[in-house]
Amino acid sequence: MTPRQDRSVPLRWIVSGSSVALLFAAWYLVTGPLGLVSSLKFPAPLDAYDSLIRLIRSPGYADGILAQHILSSTELVLIGFLLATATGVPLGLLMGRNRLVDGYVNPVFQLIRPIAPIAWIPLTILWFGLGMGAKLFVIWLAAFAPAVINTYTGVRNIDTIVIQAARVHGASSKEMLFDVVIPGALPSIFTGLRTSLQACWMVLVAAELVGSFVGLGHIMIIASRDLDSGMILVAMICVALLGVLMSAGLTYVERYAIPWRR
Amino acid sequence: MVAGIRGAMPVLGIATFFGAWTLATSLKLAPPTFLPSPLAVLHSMVELTQIPYAGSTLQQHLMASLEKFGISFAAAVLLGVPFGLIMGRSNLMKWALSPLFEGFRFVPPIAWVPFAIFWFGTGFLAPTLVIFAGAFAPCVINSYRGAQLIERHLIEASQTLGAGRWRTFTEILLPAALTHIVAGVRVGAGFGWQSLIGAELIVGSTGLGYMIVQAGSNLQPAIVISGMITIGIAGASIDYLMRAIQHGVRRKWAH
Repeated sequence: MTPRQDRSVPLRWIVSGSSVALLFAAWYLVTGPLGLVSSLKFPAPLDAYDSLIRLIRSPGYADGILAQHILSSTELVLIGFLLATATGVPLGLLMGRNRLVDGYVNPVFQLIRPIAPIAWIPLTILWFGLGMGAKLFVIWLAAFAPAVINTYTGVRNIDTIVIQAARVHGASSKEMLFDVVIPGALPSIFTGLRTSLQACWMVLVAAELVGSFVGLGHIMIIASRDLDSGMILVAMICVALLGVLMSAGLTYVERYAIPWRR
Repeated sequence: MVAGIRGAMPVLGIATFFGAWTLATSLKLAPPTFLPSPLAVLHSMVELTQIPYAGSTLQQHLMASLEKFGISFAAAVLLGVPFGLIMGRSNLMKWALSPLFEGFRFVPPIAWVPFAIFWFGTGFLAPTLVIFAGAFAPCVINSYRGAQLIERHLIEASQTLGAGRWRTFTEILLPAALTHIVAGVRVGAGFGWQSLIGAELIVGSTGLGYMIVQAGSNLQPAIVISGMITIGIAGASIDYLMRAIQHGVRRKWAH
Protein backbone atom coordinates (compact mmCIF):
# COMPACT_ATOMS: atom_id res chain seq x y z
CA MET A 1 0.00 0.00 0.00
CA THR A 2 1.61 3.21 -1.12
CA PRO A 3 0.39 6.53 0.27
CA ARG A 4 -0.84 7.46 -3.19
CA GLN A 5 -3.28 4.57 -3.23
CA ASP A 6 -4.41 5.39 0.33
CA ARG A 7 -5.44 8.85 -0.69
CA SER A 8 -7.25 7.61 -3.77
CA VAL A 9 -9.58 5.29 -1.84
CA PRO A 10 -12.06 8.01 -0.76
CA LEU A 11 -11.80 9.59 -4.19
CA ARG A 12 -12.74 6.28 -5.70
CA TRP A 13 -15.92 6.10 -3.65
CA ILE A 14 -16.80 9.69 -4.44
CA VAL A 15 -16.44 9.07 -8.18
CA SER A 16 -18.31 5.76 -8.16
CA GLY A 17 -21.03 7.10 -5.90
CA SER A 18 -21.60 10.23 -7.92
CA SER A 19 -21.67 8.25 -11.16
CA VAL A 20 -24.43 6.02 -9.79
CA ALA A 21 -26.25 9.02 -8.32
CA LEU A 22 -26.01 10.76 -11.69
CA LEU A 23 -27.54 7.76 -13.41
CA PHE A 24 -30.48 7.70 -11.00
CA ALA A 25 -30.95 11.45 -11.33
CA ALA A 26 -30.93 11.18 -15.12
CA TRP A 27 -33.36 8.27 -14.93
CA TYR A 28 -35.71 10.29 -12.72
CA LEU A 29 -35.52 13.42 -14.86
CA VAL A 30 -35.83 11.75 -18.23
CA THR A 31 -38.83 9.61 -17.30
CA GLY A 32 -40.50 12.11 -14.96
CA PRO A 33 -40.32 15.91 -15.05
CA LEU A 34 -38.68 16.23 -18.46
CA GLY A 35 -41.00 13.65 -20.00
CA LEU A 36 -38.46 12.64 -22.65
CA VAL A 37 -39.15 8.91 -22.35
CA SER A 38 -42.71 7.64 -22.08
CA SER A 39 -43.55 4.93 -19.57
CA LEU A 40 -44.19 2.67 -22.56
CA LYS A 41 -40.44 2.74 -23.27
CA PHE A 42 -38.99 2.76 -19.79
CA PRO A 43 -40.61 3.11 -16.35
CA ALA A 44 -40.06 6.02 -13.97
CA PRO A 45 -38.39 5.00 -10.68
CA LEU A 46 -41.67 5.41 -8.78
CA ASP A 47 -43.57 3.27 -11.30
CA ALA A 48 -41.00 0.53 -10.83
CA TYR A 49 -41.38 0.83 -7.07
CA ASP A 50 -45.17 0.57 -7.35
CA SER A 51 -44.79 -2.53 -9.50
CA LEU A 52 -42.49 -4.06 -6.94
CA ILE A 53 -45.00 -3.45 -4.12
CA ARG A 54 -47.83 -4.83 -6.26
CA LEU A 55 -45.76 -7.92 -6.99
CA ILE A 56 -44.81 -8.56 -3.35
CA ARG A 57 -48.33 -8.20 -1.90
CA SER A 58 -50.92 -10.85 -2.60
CA PRO A 59 -52.52 -11.54 -5.07
CA GLY A 60 -49.25 -10.56 -6.77
CA TYR A 61 -48.87 -10.52 -10.53
CA ALA A 62 -48.94 -13.16 -13.27
CA ASP A 63 -50.65 -15.77 -11.07
CA GLY A 64 -48.47 -15.46 -8.00
CA ILE A 65 -46.58 -13.24 -5.62
CA LEU A 66 -42.87 -12.47 -6.08
CA ALA A 67 -41.79 -15.16 -3.60
CA GLN A 68 -43.60 -17.89 -5.58
CA HIS A 69 -42.04 -16.80 -8.88
CA ILE A 70 -38.57 -16.60 -7.34
CA LEU A 71 -38.99 -19.97 -5.69
CA SER A 72 -40.04 -21.63 -8.94
CA SER A 73 -37.17 -20.16 -10.98
CA THR A 74 -34.56 -20.82 -8.31
CA GLU A 75 -35.75 -24.36 -7.81
CA LEU A 76 -35.44 -25.14 -11.53
CA VAL A 77 -31.96 -23.65 -11.81
CA LEU A 78 -30.71 -25.40 -8.68
CA ILE A 79 -32.07 -28.83 -9.58
CA GLY A 80 -30.90 -28.57 -13.20
CA PHE A 81 -27.49 -27.34 -12.09
CA LEU A 82 -27.09 -30.11 -9.50
CA LEU A 83 -28.18 -32.76 -12.02
CA ALA A 84 -25.64 -31.43 -14.53
CA THR A 85 -22.90 -31.41 -11.89
CA ALA A 86 -23.77 -34.93 -10.74
CA THR A 87 -23.62 -36.27 -14.32
CA GLY A 88 -21.10 -33.98 -16.01
CA VAL A 89 -18.28 -34.09 -13.47
CA PRO A 90 -18.12 -37.93 -13.30
CA LEU A 91 -18.20 -38.15 -17.11
CA GLY A 92 -15.42 -35.58 -17.33
CA LEU A 93 -13.35 -37.54 -14.78
CA LEU A 94 -13.92 -40.76 -16.69
CA MET A 95 -13.01 -39.17 -20.03
CA GLY A 96 -9.94 -37.59 -18.50
CA ARG A 97 -8.70 -40.83 -16.96
CA ASN A 98 -9.67 -43.38 -19.60
CA ARG A 99 -8.53 -42.92 -23.18
CA LEU A 100 -10.99 -45.45 -24.57
CA VAL A 101 -13.98 -43.66 -23.04
CA ASP A 102 -12.51 -40.37 -24.21
CA GLY A 103 -12.21 -41.66 -27.79
CA TYR A 104 -15.73 -43.07 -27.69
CA VAL A 105 -17.62 -40.16 -26.14
CA ASN A 106 -15.66 -37.10 -27.26
CA PRO A 107 -16.63 -37.15 -30.97
CA VAL A 108 -20.34 -37.40 -30.15
CA PHE A 109 -19.87 -34.60 -27.70
CA GLN A 110 -18.12 -32.43 -30.29
CA LEU A 111 -20.91 -33.20 -32.75
CA ILE A 112 -23.71 -31.98 -30.49
CA ARG A 113 -21.94 -29.21 -28.60
CA PRO A 114 -21.98 -26.47 -31.29
CA ILE A 115 -25.79 -26.46 -31.14
CA ALA A 116 -26.59 -23.67 -28.69
CA PRO A 117 -28.49 -25.05 -25.66
CA ILE A 118 -31.13 -22.38 -26.23
CA ALA A 119 -31.84 -23.90 -29.66
CA TRP A 120 -33.06 -27.06 -27.89
CA ILE A 121 -35.99 -25.24 -26.33
CA PRO A 122 -38.55 -25.84 -29.13
CA LEU A 123 -37.66 -29.54 -29.35
CA THR A 124 -37.87 -30.04 -25.58
CA ILE A 125 -41.25 -28.32 -25.50
CA LEU A 126 -42.35 -30.70 -28.23
CA TRP A 127 -41.08 -33.62 -26.15
CA PHE A 128 -42.03 -32.63 -22.61
CA GLY A 129 -44.62 -29.84 -22.89
CA LEU A 130 -44.45 -26.47 -21.17
CA GLY A 131 -44.00 -27.73 -17.60
CA MET A 132 -41.01 -28.36 -15.37
CA GLY A 133 -39.66 -31.32 -17.37
CA ALA A 134 -38.77 -29.38 -20.49
CA LYS A 135 -37.07 -26.63 -18.50
CA LEU A 136 -35.09 -29.05 -16.35
CA PHE A 137 -33.89 -30.80 -19.51
CA VAL A 138 -32.61 -27.65 -21.24
CA ILE A 139 -31.04 -26.33 -18.03
CA TRP A 140 -29.30 -29.65 -17.55
CA LEU A 141 -28.17 -29.61 -21.17
CA ALA A 142 -26.78 -26.07 -20.92
CA ALA A 143 -24.84 -26.81 -17.73
CA PHE A 144 -23.66 -30.28 -18.71
CA ALA A 145 -21.14 -29.34 -21.42
CA PRO A 146 -19.11 -26.79 -19.39
CA ALA A 147 -19.06 -29.21 -16.44
CA VAL A 148 -17.71 -32.07 -18.58
CA ILE A 149 -15.18 -30.02 -20.53
CA ASN A 150 -13.62 -28.25 -17.57
CA THR A 151 -13.45 -31.41 -15.48
CA TYR A 152 -11.81 -33.18 -18.41
CA THR A 153 -9.29 -30.36 -18.92
CA GLY A 154 -8.61 -30.28 -15.18
CA VAL A 155 -7.82 -33.99 -15.10
CA ARG A 156 -5.67 -33.79 -18.22
CA ASN A 157 -3.67 -30.88 -16.86
CA ILE A 158 -2.64 -32.59 -13.65
CA ASP A 159 1.14 -32.90 -13.58
CA THR A 160 2.00 -36.47 -14.66
CA ILE A 161 4.83 -36.47 -12.11
CA VAL A 162 2.24 -36.16 -9.34
CA ILE A 163 0.28 -39.11 -10.74
CA GLN A 164 3.42 -41.20 -11.15
CA ALA A 165 4.57 -40.33 -7.64
CA ALA A 166 1.24 -41.44 -6.23
CA ARG A 167 1.47 -44.68 -8.20
CA VAL A 168 5.05 -45.35 -7.04
CA HIS A 169 3.93 -44.89 -3.46
CA GLY A 170 1.31 -47.57 -3.99
CA ALA A 171 -1.90 -45.57 -4.23
CA SER A 172 -4.92 -47.74 -4.92
CA SER A 173 -7.18 -46.59 -7.76
CA LYS A 174 -9.68 -45.31 -5.20
CA GLU A 175 -6.98 -43.28 -3.46
CA MET A 176 -5.72 -42.10 -6.82
CA LEU A 177 -9.16 -40.78 -7.73
CA PHE A 178 -10.13 -39.17 -4.43
CA ASP A 179 -6.74 -38.00 -3.15
CA VAL A 180 -4.93 -37.09 -6.36
CA VAL A 181 -7.14 -36.65 -9.41
CA ILE A 182 -10.21 -34.94 -7.95
CA PRO A 183 -8.30 -32.45 -5.76
CA GLY A 184 -5.98 -31.72 -8.67
CA ALA A 185 -8.86 -31.03 -11.03
CA LEU A 186 -11.04 -29.12 -8.52
CA PRO A 187 -10.00 -25.57 -9.50
CA SER A 188 -10.79 -26.28 -13.13
CA ILE A 189 -14.02 -28.07 -12.15
CA PHE A 190 -15.19 -24.97 -10.30
CA THR A 191 -14.35 -22.77 -13.28
CA GLY A 192 -16.64 -25.03 -15.29
CA LEU A 193 -19.40 -24.93 -12.70
CA ARG A 194 -19.31 -21.13 -12.72
CA THR A 195 -19.85 -21.12 -16.50
CA SER A 196 -22.55 -23.78 -16.04
CA LEU A 197 -24.43 -21.69 -13.52
CA GLN A 198 -24.45 -18.66 -15.82
CA ALA A 199 -25.66 -20.80 -18.71
CA CYS A 200 -28.43 -22.20 -16.46
CA TRP A 201 -29.82 -18.74 -15.76
CA MET A 202 -29.67 -17.66 -19.36
CA VAL A 203 -31.45 -20.78 -20.60
CA LEU A 204 -34.03 -20.73 -17.83
CA VAL A 205 -35.05 -17.15 -18.61
CA ALA A 206 -35.24 -17.99 -22.31
CA ALA A 207 -37.33 -21.10 -21.66
CA GLU A 208 -39.68 -19.20 -19.37
CA LEU A 209 -40.07 -16.46 -21.95
CA VAL A 210 -40.92 -18.98 -24.67
CA GLY A 211 -43.62 -20.55 -22.53
CA SER A 212 -44.34 -21.03 -18.84
CA PHE A 213 -46.99 -20.80 -16.12
CA VAL A 214 -44.90 -19.34 -13.31
CA GLY A 215 -41.44 -17.85 -12.77
CA LEU A 216 -39.58 -14.59 -13.36
CA GLY A 217 -39.61 -15.08 -17.14
CA HIS A 218 -43.38 -15.60 -16.93
CA ILE A 219 -43.73 -12.21 -15.18
CA MET A 220 -41.85 -10.68 -18.12
CA ILE A 221 -44.16 -12.19 -20.77
CA ILE A 222 -47.33 -11.14 -18.97
CA ALA A 223 -45.89 -7.68 -18.28
CA SER A 224 -44.91 -7.11 -21.90
CA ARG A 225 -48.41 -8.14 -22.92
CA ASP A 226 -49.83 -5.62 -20.40
CA LEU A 227 -47.29 -2.97 -21.54
CA ASP A 228 -46.21 -2.73 -17.89
CA SER A 229 -42.59 -1.59 -18.18
CA GLY A 230 -42.22 -1.18 -14.40
CA MET A 231 -42.96 -4.85 -13.84
CA ILE A 232 -40.46 -5.85 -16.54
CA LEU A 233 -37.72 -3.85 -14.87
CA VAL A 234 -38.51 -5.42 -11.50
CA ALA A 235 -38.33 -8.92 -12.99
CA MET A 236 -35.03 -8.10 -14.72
CA ILE A 237 -33.50 -6.82 -11.49
CA CYS A 238 -34.69 -9.94 -9.65
CA VAL A 239 -33.09 -12.19 -12.28
CA ALA A 240 -29.82 -10.25 -12.02
CA LEU A 241 -29.80 -10.29 -8.21
CA LEU A 242 -30.56 -14.01 -8.02
CA GLY A 243 -27.74 -14.67 -10.47
CA VAL A 244 -25.34 -12.68 -8.29
CA LEU A 245 -26.52 -14.47 -5.13
CA MET A 246 -26.10 -17.92 -6.64
CA SER A 247 -22.67 -17.14 -8.00
CA ALA A 248 -21.70 -15.83 -4.55
CA GLY A 249 -23.00 -19.09 -3.08
CA LEU A 250 -20.81 -21.03 -5.48
CA THR A 251 -17.77 -18.95 -4.46
CA TYR A 252 -18.55 -19.86 -0.83
CA VAL A 253 -18.71 -23.58 -1.67
CA GLU A 254 -15.50 -23.24 -3.67
CA ARG A 255 -13.65 -21.72 -0.72
CA TYR A 256 -14.86 -24.55 1.46
CA ALA A 257 -13.95 -27.22 -1.10
CA ILE A 258 -10.53 -25.84 -2.04
CA PRO A 259 -9.17 -24.47 1.24
CA TRP A 260 -5.60 -24.48 -0.07
CA ARG A 261 -6.43 -21.88 -2.69
CA ARG A 262 -7.87 -19.31 -0.33
CA MET B 1 -3.44 -53.55 -31.21
CA VAL B 2 -4.29 -51.16 -28.38
CA ALA B 3 -3.59 -48.24 -30.67
CA GLY B 4 -5.95 -49.79 -33.23
CA ILE B 5 -8.78 -50.03 -30.72
CA ARG B 6 -8.10 -46.47 -29.66
CA GLY B 7 -8.23 -45.29 -33.27
CA ALA B 8 -11.51 -47.07 -33.84
CA MET B 9 -13.23 -45.58 -30.79
CA PRO B 10 -14.28 -42.26 -32.40
CA VAL B 11 -15.81 -44.11 -35.36
CA LEU B 12 -17.58 -46.45 -32.92
CA GLY B 13 -18.87 -43.50 -30.90
CA ILE B 14 -20.36 -41.73 -33.90
CA ALA B 15 -21.73 -45.03 -35.22
CA THR B 16 -23.41 -45.77 -31.86
CA PHE B 17 -24.98 -42.32 -31.83
CA PHE B 18 -26.50 -42.54 -35.29
CA GLY B 19 -27.21 -46.27 -34.90
CA ALA B 20 -29.18 -45.73 -31.70
CA TRP B 21 -31.04 -42.83 -33.28
CA THR B 22 -31.95 -44.85 -36.39
CA LEU B 23 -32.88 -47.91 -34.32
CA ALA B 24 -35.10 -45.93 -31.96
CA THR B 25 -37.03 -44.48 -34.88
CA SER B 26 -37.22 -47.58 -37.06
CA LEU B 27 -38.36 -49.81 -34.18
CA LYS B 28 -41.03 -47.16 -33.46
CA LEU B 29 -39.68 -46.69 -29.93
CA ALA B 30 -40.08 -43.02 -30.65
CA PRO B 31 -43.02 -41.98 -32.86
CA PRO B 32 -42.08 -39.78 -35.85
CA THR B 33 -44.00 -36.86 -34.33
CA PHE B 34 -41.55 -37.10 -31.45
CA LEU B 35 -38.25 -37.98 -33.06
CA PRO B 36 -37.81 -38.34 -36.84
CA SER B 37 -35.12 -40.64 -38.26
CA PRO B 38 -31.76 -39.16 -39.33
CA LEU B 39 -32.76 -39.71 -42.96
CA ALA B 40 -36.04 -37.88 -42.49
CA VAL B 41 -34.12 -34.95 -41.00
CA LEU B 42 -31.69 -34.94 -43.91
CA HIS B 43 -34.59 -35.07 -46.34
CA SER B 44 -36.39 -32.19 -44.67
CA MET B 45 -33.18 -30.19 -44.61
CA VAL B 46 -32.74 -30.54 -48.38
CA GLU B 47 -36.42 -29.77 -48.88
CA LEU B 48 -36.15 -26.64 -46.73
CA THR B 49 -33.55 -25.19 -49.06
CA GLN B 50 -36.11 -25.28 -51.89
CA ILE B 51 -39.55 -24.94 -50.33
CA PRO B 52 -40.02 -21.95 -48.00
CA TYR B 53 -41.10 -22.65 -44.44
CA ALA B 54 -42.42 -19.92 -42.12
CA GLY B 55 -42.03 -17.42 -44.95
CA SER B 56 -38.51 -18.21 -46.16
CA THR B 57 -36.23 -21.00 -47.23
CA LEU B 58 -33.55 -22.33 -44.90
CA GLN B 59 -30.78 -20.23 -46.46
CA GLN B 60 -32.92 -17.09 -46.25
CA HIS B 61 -33.55 -17.72 -42.56
CA LEU B 62 -29.83 -18.29 -42.09
CA MET B 63 -28.98 -15.06 -43.90
CA ALA B 64 -31.53 -13.13 -41.83
CA SER B 65 -29.97 -14.46 -38.62
CA LEU B 66 -26.44 -13.73 -39.80
CA GLU B 67 -27.40 -10.22 -40.84
CA LYS B 68 -28.87 -9.37 -37.41
CA PHE B 69 -25.85 -10.96 -35.80
CA GLY B 70 -23.41 -9.03 -37.97
CA ILE B 71 -25.00 -5.64 -37.27
CA SER B 72 -25.16 -5.89 -33.51
CA PHE B 73 -21.95 -7.86 -33.06
CA ALA B 74 -20.08 -5.13 -34.95
CA ALA B 75 -21.74 -2.51 -32.73
CA ALA B 76 -20.79 -4.44 -29.59
CA VAL B 77 -17.14 -4.70 -30.68
CA LEU B 78 -16.87 -1.08 -31.84
CA LEU B 79 -18.32 0.23 -28.57
CA GLY B 80 -17.11 -2.43 -26.13
CA VAL B 81 -13.42 -2.42 -27.02
CA PRO B 82 -12.81 1.35 -26.60
CA PHE B 83 -14.98 1.27 -23.46
CA GLY B 84 -12.78 -1.46 -21.96
CA LEU B 85 -9.52 0.18 -23.03
CA ILE B 86 -10.51 3.52 -21.53
CA MET B 87 -11.53 1.83 -18.28
CA GLY B 88 -8.22 0.01 -18.24
CA ARG B 89 -6.11 3.14 -18.74
CA SER B 90 -7.89 5.72 -16.62
CA ASN B 91 -8.68 5.17 -12.95
CA LEU B 92 -11.23 7.96 -12.98
CA MET B 93 -13.15 6.36 -15.84
CA LYS B 94 -12.87 2.97 -14.18
CA TRP B 95 -14.35 4.24 -10.94
CA ALA B 96 -17.12 6.08 -12.73
CA LEU B 97 -18.10 3.36 -15.19
CA SER B 98 -17.46 0.06 -13.44
CA PRO B 99 -20.47 0.17 -11.03
CA LEU B 100 -22.78 0.79 -13.99
CA PHE B 101 -21.11 -1.89 -16.07
CA GLU B 102 -21.20 -4.45 -13.24
CA GLY B 103 -24.92 -3.86 -12.82
CA PHE B 104 -25.51 -4.33 -16.54
CA ARG B 105 -23.32 -7.42 -16.74
CA PHE B 106 -25.37 -9.48 -14.32
CA VAL B 107 -28.58 -9.24 -16.33
CA PRO B 108 -28.73 -12.29 -18.63
CA PRO B 109 -28.88 -10.99 -22.25
CA ILE B 110 -32.18 -12.79 -22.87
CA ALA B 111 -33.84 -10.77 -20.11
CA TRP B 112 -33.57 -7.75 -22.43
CA VAL B 113 -36.14 -9.24 -24.81
CA PRO B 114 -39.19 -7.44 -23.32
CA PHE B 115 -37.49 -4.05 -23.51
CA ALA B 116 -36.19 -4.89 -26.97
CA ILE B 117 -39.82 -5.29 -28.03
CA PHE B 118 -40.80 -2.02 -26.35
CA TRP B 119 -37.98 -0.10 -27.99
CA PHE B 120 -37.67 -1.68 -31.43
CA GLY B 121 -41.04 -3.30 -31.99
CA THR B 122 -41.41 -6.90 -33.06
CA GLY B 123 -39.61 -6.48 -36.36
CA PHE B 124 -36.19 -7.15 -37.74
CA LEU B 125 -34.30 -5.00 -35.24
CA ALA B 126 -35.80 -6.43 -32.04
CA PRO B 127 -33.15 -9.15 -31.46
CA THR B 128 -30.27 -6.73 -32.06
CA LEU B 129 -30.43 -5.30 -28.53
CA VAL B 130 -30.26 -8.82 -27.10
CA ILE B 131 -27.27 -9.81 -29.24
CA PHE B 132 -25.55 -6.58 -28.26
CA ALA B 133 -26.19 -7.32 -24.57
CA GLY B 134 -24.62 -10.76 -25.03
CA ALA B 135 -21.51 -9.68 -26.93
CA PHE B 136 -20.72 -6.38 -25.21
CA ALA B 137 -19.53 -7.58 -21.78
CA PRO B 138 -16.79 -10.03 -22.93
CA CYS B 139 -15.41 -7.36 -25.30
CA VAL B 140 -15.23 -4.82 -22.46
CA ILE B 141 -13.74 -7.16 -19.87
CA ASN B 142 -10.95 -8.50 -22.08
CA SER B 143 -10.01 -5.10 -23.51
CA TYR B 144 -9.89 -3.80 -19.95
CA ARG B 145 -7.54 -6.59 -18.92
CA GLY B 146 -5.43 -6.12 -22.01
CA ALA B 147 -5.07 -2.39 -21.35
CA GLN B 148 -4.14 -2.98 -17.71
CA LEU B 149 -1.36 -5.39 -18.59
CA ILE B 150 0.48 -2.98 -20.90
CA GLU B 151 3.88 -2.08 -19.58
CA ARG B 152 3.94 1.47 -18.38
CA HIS B 153 7.27 2.32 -19.98
CA LEU B 154 5.85 1.68 -23.46
CA ILE B 155 3.26 4.39 -22.95
CA GLU B 156 5.72 6.72 -21.28
CA ALA B 157 8.21 6.21 -24.10
CA SER B 158 5.63 7.06 -26.73
CA GLN B 159 4.55 10.14 -24.82
CA THR B 160 8.16 11.27 -24.45
CA LEU B 161 8.52 10.90 -28.19
CA GLY B 162 5.62 13.28 -28.60
CA ALA B 163 2.66 11.02 -29.33
CA GLY B 164 -0.67 12.62 -28.50
CA ARG B 165 -3.59 10.87 -26.83
CA TRP B 166 -5.04 9.59 -30.07
CA ARG B 167 -1.74 8.25 -31.40
CA THR B 168 -0.93 6.61 -28.07
CA PHE B 169 -4.35 4.98 -28.24
CA THR B 170 -4.15 3.72 -31.82
CA GLU B 171 -0.45 2.93 -32.04
CA ILE B 172 0.43 1.66 -28.55
CA LEU B 173 -2.66 0.71 -26.62
CA LEU B 174 -4.64 -1.04 -29.34
CA PRO B 175 -1.82 -3.20 -30.75
CA ALA B 176 -0.43 -4.14 -27.32
CA ALA B 177 -3.82 -5.22 -26.03
CA LEU B 178 -4.85 -6.85 -29.31
CA THR B 179 -4.39 -10.50 -28.31
CA HIS B 180 -6.60 -9.96 -25.25
CA ILE B 181 -9.14 -8.00 -27.25
CA VAL B 182 -9.45 -10.70 -29.89
CA ALA B 183 -9.93 -13.38 -27.23
CA GLY B 184 -12.78 -11.32 -25.77
CA VAL B 185 -14.29 -10.71 -29.18
CA ARG B 186 -14.33 -14.46 -29.77
CA VAL B 187 -16.16 -15.15 -26.49
CA GLY B 188 -18.51 -12.30 -27.33
CA ALA B 189 -19.30 -13.82 -30.72
CA GLY B 190 -20.31 -17.07 -29.03
CA PHE B 191 -22.55 -15.35 -26.49
CA GLY B 192 -23.99 -13.09 -29.16
CA TRP B 193 -24.93 -16.01 -31.42
CA GLN B 194 -26.62 -17.84 -28.51
CA SER B 195 -28.49 -14.70 -27.50
CA LEU B 196 -29.63 -14.18 -31.08
CA ILE B 197 -31.21 -17.62 -31.25
CA GLY B 198 -32.89 -17.08 -27.88
CA ALA B 199 -34.26 -13.71 -28.97
CA GLU B 200 -35.55 -15.09 -32.27
CA LEU B 201 -37.45 -17.80 -30.42
CA ILE B 202 -39.46 -15.12 -28.67
CA VAL B 203 -39.72 -12.23 -31.11
CA GLY B 204 -39.40 -11.68 -34.84
CA SER B 205 -40.67 -13.08 -38.10
CA THR B 206 -37.44 -14.28 -39.73
CA GLY B 207 -34.33 -16.19 -38.73
CA LEU B 208 -33.40 -19.69 -37.67
CA GLY B 209 -34.74 -19.27 -34.13
CA TYR B 210 -38.09 -18.16 -35.51
CA MET B 211 -38.14 -21.09 -37.90
CA ILE B 212 -37.57 -23.74 -35.22
CA VAL B 213 -40.09 -22.27 -32.80
CA GLN B 214 -42.72 -22.24 -35.57
CA ALA B 215 -41.91 -25.81 -36.52
CA GLY B 216 -42.06 -26.77 -32.84
CA SER B 217 -45.56 -25.43 -32.38
CA ASN B 218 -46.63 -27.11 -35.65
CA LEU B 219 -45.29 -30.44 -34.32
CA GLN B 220 -42.71 -30.86 -37.10
CA PRO B 221 -39.60 -32.14 -35.29
CA ALA B 222 -37.73 -32.86 -38.56
CA ILE B 223 -37.75 -29.15 -39.37
CA VAL B 224 -36.83 -28.26 -35.78
CA ILE B 225 -33.80 -30.54 -35.90
CA SER B 226 -32.80 -29.28 -39.37
CA GLY B 227 -32.84 -25.77 -37.93
CA MET B 228 -30.82 -26.88 -34.90
CA ILE B 229 -28.18 -28.44 -37.14
CA THR B 230 -27.97 -25.25 -39.19
CA ILE B 231 -27.62 -23.23 -35.99
CA GLY B 232 -24.83 -25.56 -34.88
CA ILE B 233 -22.96 -25.35 -38.19
CA ALA B 234 -23.30 -21.56 -38.36
CA GLY B 235 -22.19 -21.18 -34.72
CA ALA B 236 -19.20 -23.46 -35.28
CA SER B 237 -18.25 -21.56 -38.46
CA ILE B 238 -18.37 -18.22 -36.64
CA ASP B 239 -16.15 -19.66 -33.91
CA TYR B 240 -13.79 -21.13 -36.51
CA LEU B 241 -13.46 -17.75 -38.19
CA MET B 242 -12.81 -16.06 -34.85
CA ARG B 243 -10.20 -18.65 -33.97
CA ALA B 244 -8.46 -18.11 -37.30
CA ILE B 245 -8.34 -14.37 -36.61
CA GLN B 246 -7.07 -15.05 -33.10
CA HIS B 247 -4.23 -17.23 -34.42
CA GLY B 248 -3.35 -14.66 -37.05
CA VAL B 249 -3.20 -11.87 -34.48
CA ARG B 250 -1.19 -13.97 -32.07
CA ARG B 251 1.36 -14.85 -34.72
CA LYS B 252 1.75 -11.25 -35.79
CA TRP B 253 1.72 -9.43 -32.46
CA ALA B 254 2.87 -11.83 -29.75
CA HIS B 255 6.39 -11.04 -28.67
